[in-house]
Amino acid sequence: MEQIPIMKIGDCLLVSIQVDMHDRLAMALQDELTGKVVETRARGVMIDISALEIVDSFIGRMLNNIAAMTRVLDAVTVVVGMRPAVAITLVELGLQLTGVKTALNVDSGLALIRRLIDDEEQAD
Amino acid sequence: MNIEKSTTMPVKAAEDVVRVRQAVRVQAVDAGFSLVDQTKLVTAASEIARNTLEYGGGGDLLIETLRDGVRRGLRLTFTDQGPGIADIPRAMTDGYTSGGGLGLGLSGAKRLSNEFDIQSTPGKGTRVMLGRWR
Amino acid sequence: MATAENVLLPQLIAKHRDALLAAWIDQQRAANRGSNEDQAELRDYSARFLDSLRAAAATGQFEDIATPSWSEARHVLEEVSRARALRGATPTQTATFVFSLKAPLFDLLGRELGKDAVALAREVWIITLLLDKFGLYTTEVFQKSREGVIQRQQDELLELSTPVVTLWQGVLALPLIGTLDSNRTQVVMENLLQTIVSTGAQIAIIDITGVPTVDTLVAQHLLKTVSAARLMGADCIISGIRPQIAQTIVHLGVELNVVSKATMADAFALALRRLGKTVVDRAKPTAQANDAKLAE
Repeated sequence: MEQIPIMKIGDCLLVSIQVDMHDRLAMALQDELTGKVVETRARGVMIDISALEIVDSFIGRMLNNIAAMTRVLDAVTVVVGMRPAVAITLVELGLQLTGVKTALNVDSGLALIRRLIDDEEQAD
Repeated sequence: MNIEKSTTMPVKAAEDVVRVRQAVRVQAVDAGFSLVDQTKLVTAASEIARNTLEYGGGGDLLIETLRDGVRRGLRLTFTDQGPGIADIPRAMTDGYTSGGGLGLGLSGAKRLSNEFDIQSTPGKGTRVMLGRWR
Repeated sequence: MATAENVLLPQLIAKHRDALLAAWIDQQRAANRGSNEDQAELRDYSARFLDSLRAAAATGQFEDIATPSWSEARHVLEEVSRARALRGATPTQTATFVFSLKAPLFDLLGRELGKDAVALAREVWIITLLLDKFGLYTTEVFQKSREGVIQRQQDELLELSTPVVTLWQGVLALPLIGTLDSNRTQVVMENLLQTIVSTGAQIAIIDITGVPTVDTLVAQHLLKTVSAARLMGADCIISGIRPQIAQTIVHLGVELNVVSKATMADAFALALRRLGKTVVDRAKPTAQANDAKLAE
């Protein structure tokens, strides 16, 4: 089964989903990502979905799960690169991405992660 | 109204859900749908394909390109011989799920389509039809 | 029942083709006086239609013009209809192409069947029914062509009338003008979202100062666009909501969960604040510096 590569940039993990995922692959990614966050003690996770042509309720659930798990592990998740057609469809579908922060691209995503981590640190 | 062309494909394995998405995308592009409409069609198909697989024990998809005068449309019919749905209205409410999902499959797919029809007999099977016109 | 043997039409056309063609073209010219249609083209269309009429009539089937035997005849009519629709002709002018064939045909029939009133009546009846069907067909094709043209023009107008403006780095503005219908709003909103992606803007100001009324559908589209923009990682501010529109929105029970400002200026100021930007006055030139300048 194919694997989705997870890169480490500083204290962040970056995942770029390039393939049309079937459910098993999505579940595998979820597990692997959680494991890696623990292993690397990452403070931020960025998921780049700019290559995804659709986000259905299963993938939506995967994103929500990842966000929830990372929060428990004291990290933030930011999803970047959502295509307009996907965003419009998600709104119509009624899918709420709870706990998932979003940014337009990788640059603003990293900036957002920095801001969120800093805010959290200040609040402590 | 007439059927310009039709394709059938199995929805019996996890990989089939991906194939369904690709096939519906191809037919939607062929029929001339806009990008947003294509996305809605493919997303709705993905939802029902998953349902057919997870709850229906696997089934088939029939993709038909329709023409009604100047209008063109795409009709997707998913059938399975699974346990069926006893309470369809309940299954259609947002958030209702018997399997730990987000409960948006049926209701979501309906919202994404111009036409939606579901027939189900407990013990016999289910048939879901999605349609979108240009 | 009209069958191949007893209908004279095919033989009639075969025997008197050129004379019939000439007479028909004369009729058309008289009817479409002042038209700038190319005469060679008209002759070509007419000849092709007449010939296809003869060929199809030989099969003896006159009831249904949708069958394959009449497809060549239909094609000629489709070409004529489309060409005339594009030129701005009326449906009547287009249908005249077919109807003006009646006079010369009946003329011919009269001369051939002169004494046999019953046969003449039958022939006239069959031909009338057939040509009426074709006349109506041209009108249908004409309609569709026009609708196609109108749709294309609407699309072009849509593109022209809703530009997205970059007010500042990271801030877009979409000034909407005119009545919004559901279709137009959708296109405009998709365009806005696409521009947000391509410019990497964080804030989009949707200004509806120039929109007289907003109905539920349009309000919903606006809100869906705002939700979609947020999902993508940007945000929206709505500006220019006039008192009437505010009332309508409340009346319709639509919940506007997006920040709205009265003017685009206010919205722009808010956008800059959100982006952490401030506007400062540049230092005023001193009196000394002014004198120095004058001395130069």
